[in-house]
Amino acid sequence: MKAKEEPGNNRRKFLRNTFALGTVALASTAGKVLAADDSDNKKTEKIKVLTTDGQVIEVDKPADNCKINPFAPAQGDAARQGIPGRSFVMVIDLARCKNARKCIEGCQEGHNLKPDQEWLNVALMKDNPEAEPYWFPRQCFHCDNPPCVKVCPVGATFKRQDNLVLIDNERCIGCKFCVVACPYSARIFNWEKPNEPIVPESAYSPETSIPHQIGTVSKCDFCADRSREGKLPYCATSCPMGVIYFGDRNEDAVSNGTETVRFSQLIKERAGYRYLEELGTKPNVYYLPPVNKMFDYESGLKDLPEEQQRVYDDLRDGNKSNK
Amino acid sequence: MNTPANVLIKEFLPGLEKPSTKWYLWVALLSVVSLFGMFALIMQIVKGQVITGMRDNAVWGIYTANFVFFMGLSYAGALISCTFQLLRIKWAKAVLRIAELITVSSLVVGAPFILFCLGRLDRIHYLFAFGRIQSPITWDVIAISTDLVFCIAFLYFTHIRDFAKLRDVTDFNVAPWRKRMYKFLALGYQGKPEQKKLLHQAHDIMAAIIIPTAIIAYSLLSLLFSMSLKPGWHSTIFSPYFVVTAGYSGVALLLVIMWIYRRNKLMEKYITNQHFNYFGFGLLILAFVYAYFSFSEYLTDWYNQTTAYEKLMHDLVDFSHFGWLSLFHIVFAFIVPVIVLGFPWLRSINSVALVSAFIVVALWVKRYLIVVPPLENPFIPIQDTRTEYVNYSASWVEWALTAAGIAVIILIFTVASKIAPIIPVSEVADMENEEKPKLLFKTKG
Repeated sequence: MKAKEEPGNNRRKFLRNTFALGTVALASTAGKVLAADDSDNKKTEKIKVLTTDGQVIEVDKPADNCKINPFAPAQGDAARQGIPGRSFVMVIDLARCKNARKCIEGCQEGHNLKPDQEWLNVALMKDNPEAEPYWFPRQCFHCDNPPCVKVCPVGATFKRQDNLVLIDNERCIGCKFCVVACPYSARIFNWEKPNEPIVPESAYSPETSIPHQIGTVSKCDFCADRSREGKLPYCATSCPMGVIYFGDRNEDAVSNGTETVRFSQLIKERAGYRYLEELGTKPNVYYLPPVNKMFDYESGLKDLPEEQQRVYDDLRDGNKSNK
Repeated sequence: MNTPANVLIKEFLPGLEKPSTKWYLWVALLSVVSLFGMFALIMQIVKGQVITGMRDNAVWGIYTANFVFFMGLSYAGALISCTFQLLRIKWAKAVLRIAELITVSSLVVGAPFILFCLGRLDRIHYLFAFGRIQSPITWDVIAISTDLVFCIAFLYFTHIRDFAKLRDVTDFNVAPWRKRMYKFLALGYQGKPEQKKLLHQAHDIMAAIIIPTAIIAYSLLSLLFSMSLKPGWHSTIFSPYFVVTAGYSGVALLLVIMWIYRRNKLMEKYITNQHFNYFGFGLLILAFVYAYFSFSEYLTDWYNQTTAYEKLMHDLVDFSHFGWLSLFHIVFAFIVPVIVLGFPWLRSINSVALVSAFIVVALWVKRYLIVVPPLENPFIPIQDTRTEYVNYSASWVEWALTAAGIAVIILIFTVASKIAPIIPVSEVADMENEEKPKLLFKTKG
């Protein structure tokens, strides 16, 4: 799969490459590089970089068509392998969620989804008639025993060594068997023509799912492309409350963008649990129980349209009604 | 030659000769319905499945219900004809061709319905190119394609002797191409003893293979549902339950089609009161077996009222959801059949046929109730304001394709009964002058 390289794209890639080498380019050099887009003498052009042992050295400026980008989303078989040595996990702190729904917006914007396509959803849950309702963000759980992967007839959805469960939309035949197999309703179907990709002609990768394809299944991908760059998923960065922690179990660290904590300790101390553990799907998303909530769940209703508010009536009034 | 078979076939010749205008109009009507279904399918391919009633949550709808329904009819037809063939049951011979035609016609109609569910029909070859044996869909692909080959072969074998008769019979006024067709299809069958023996053996072997194939294939189909963790689907009883339901719907449809053919005076001689009597009795037994399985399925779920099942059970009896459909199903798949078939004074050819028609419809409803309500009751509650995401209701596209499916089955029957008599003439003639039926299993003593 070859993508046509856009000039603008190259420049960005080039900048990323210099970062990748663990270097700091001097501002003036960078400026020059940016200015000298089409000059012929770029082969001899040098840039100053800082080595790991603190020396400033001059190296050849990488050619514009240089394709080495360690952060580029993997394609083909590499996308099925995953990032070696990683074990991605997510922790969702239910005590902090107030249904701001910024995670959904961030996800939809980042993944070029339509407003009615929700890879991530926030449900109002109530564990028993006496319990206070709480808001429950639900991504794909990237299970270690994924029911969706088992039933796929063509291997379009797969489990990677870094815990991710992804979909290859170029393989998916749209039978929707995985959608019915998922006990968490995490998967959605592209019923109609999806949004055009923002960056046209970008090569498809299962790590970005972009461009989306009509008649195929899509779902939360834990922002695999961003994980490659060491960034947090869109939902985690867009959450104003820091509800969503994302990280690596091997490093035993998860972060919500403002604080980074030990994963094992967090789960131990806050009694982290996995939703519907009894199904044996072994999810990689952990929940911290909604105790000592920072907000009343009612505050999450305020900004919702009236129609949406009515949906929760059963859960809200008549604490005993448990239909 | 005035063998019994030749006398018999002469009776059927007028029906096989030049079709009447009425017949052409009927075929045209069925073709229009089928073509409209084709148009709906093309629309769906062009515009995407957004024009169906399916949405997230209820991602499967009446396509899947139709798939289960038609495949069930097909397997039932196969089970009936093969079992009767192997057990040498003479009285049923006259109607076995109808059962075989049910098998093949509902198979060629039923199998595509699962394909209509596919979002990417252009990638259908991936099922073979990238097929994974872990997936129940792959099991179905293998089972259904095997079954299709076997059933078409069996149907053809049962036709060979009649094709030979039609090739040889005189004063049969049909176009030369029809004569050539019979000659080709008869495969040089001359009725020599060794040919007869060979064909008979072929029959038996195919029948013996098809019975387990049909049971396995329909059990595998049930696994599409029971392999899922979904409440309402995740059930160990599904495989035998599906097979019993299939048999029940198949016998019912057989009776309906027998009744339709019997409206032709000529057929009254062959499709007799006795057939309705015996098959009606079989239907009664199946009604009880079916009720037993249905009861077992719901009882365990209902008794403990686990959270996951509670809402599903509630939806099934709630008259604003599936209550009416559930009631229809219980009344017409069990109560009415048991009353009408169980009491001799209520039993007549017409009443048996009418009840059978209701059973067929009620068992379609049952398939709908198997597919849709569990999809609308996932573990995480649906809190959506978009009504089409909360409750499934089929769109015109899905109904058009369903109508087309039924039309194609009727079309296959209409055309098939113009090609060869709907009564297996040679078999029935054998029945009258056969000295002793040869048993498959002989026990000494």
